[in-house]
Amino acid sequence: MVNEVMFYLIGAMILIFSVLTVTSRRILRAAVYLLFVLISTAGLYFMMNYNFLAAVQLTVYAGGIVVLIIFSILLTSHLSERAAMATVKQSLLSALATLAGATLTLMTILRFSFIPNPGTDPQLTITDIGNSLVSYNRDGYALPFEVASVLLLAAMIGAIVVAKKERTLKQ
Amino acid sequence: MIQNIPLSYFLVISTLMFFIGIYGFLTRRNLITMLMSIELILNSVNINFVAFNRYLYPQHLEGHFFMLIVIAVAAAEAAVAIAIIINIYRNFKSIDVENVDEMKY
Repeated sequence: MVNEVMFYLIGAMILIFSVLTVTSRRILRAAVYLLFVLISTAGLYFMMNYNFLAAVQLTVYAGGIVVLIIFSILLTSHLSERAAMATVKQSLLSALATLAGATLTLMTILRFSFIPNPGTDPQLTITDIGNSLVSYNRDGYALPFEVASVLLLAAMIGAIVVAKKERTLKQ
Repeated sequence: MIQNIPLSYFLVISTLMFFIGIYGFLTRRNLITMLMSIELILNSVNINFVAFNRYLYPQHLEGHFFMLIVIAVAAAEAAVAIAIIINIYRNFKSIDVENVDEMKY
């Protein structure tokens, strides 16, 4: 009973703050609503008993990416400025397309009956996740780990090069 | 903790979040808010991965690692996108997509 109430509460928070994120005219407020969405998503992971994923969600998404977005908002726009939106006709057409897509997907999902695995609650420890992250055996994920690390390195160097001020020849 | 909640409830939440993100991507005209819509879309995909892992294959770890990789890609994408946005702001003094209409400056 308590779990269901918690689930509906978290779900309602996610949906309400998602709508506010994409409709708010003030950019900084939209970023804060995005932060609330990401924190509520971490709540969903906690409900599924996946504590490590919830911690990653809170630190990387809510702690890292949102702060990066807020920094860039402060660098590029004035606080009193309102965000420009599409025209009414464009908004109506986008809402129509979105509603059609959502209806189609929801009908497909709700018609299919997923049979959940009747296993007990898995007691995953961070040790299990870490061991399988660096192992190269059958259930190991060392290759995606390395690929992600090279991708992050390349992205960070690329970001620095792109954002660097260009020196003019005359000076 | 999720005995009475069917899998499809999680899927419904993530579907709605995905399409809200698409709506934002279509209607926003500011580059940073479009980036925020993309973050919403990626986050809804993460919910799907984790929920499928929890309900259908609780003894495996595929969903975990897909989610971690998606988060890494999202962080890399946000960093590069923000660098590009700041560069655009330096050249055009605006980050609205309507004003950025030439590649060379």
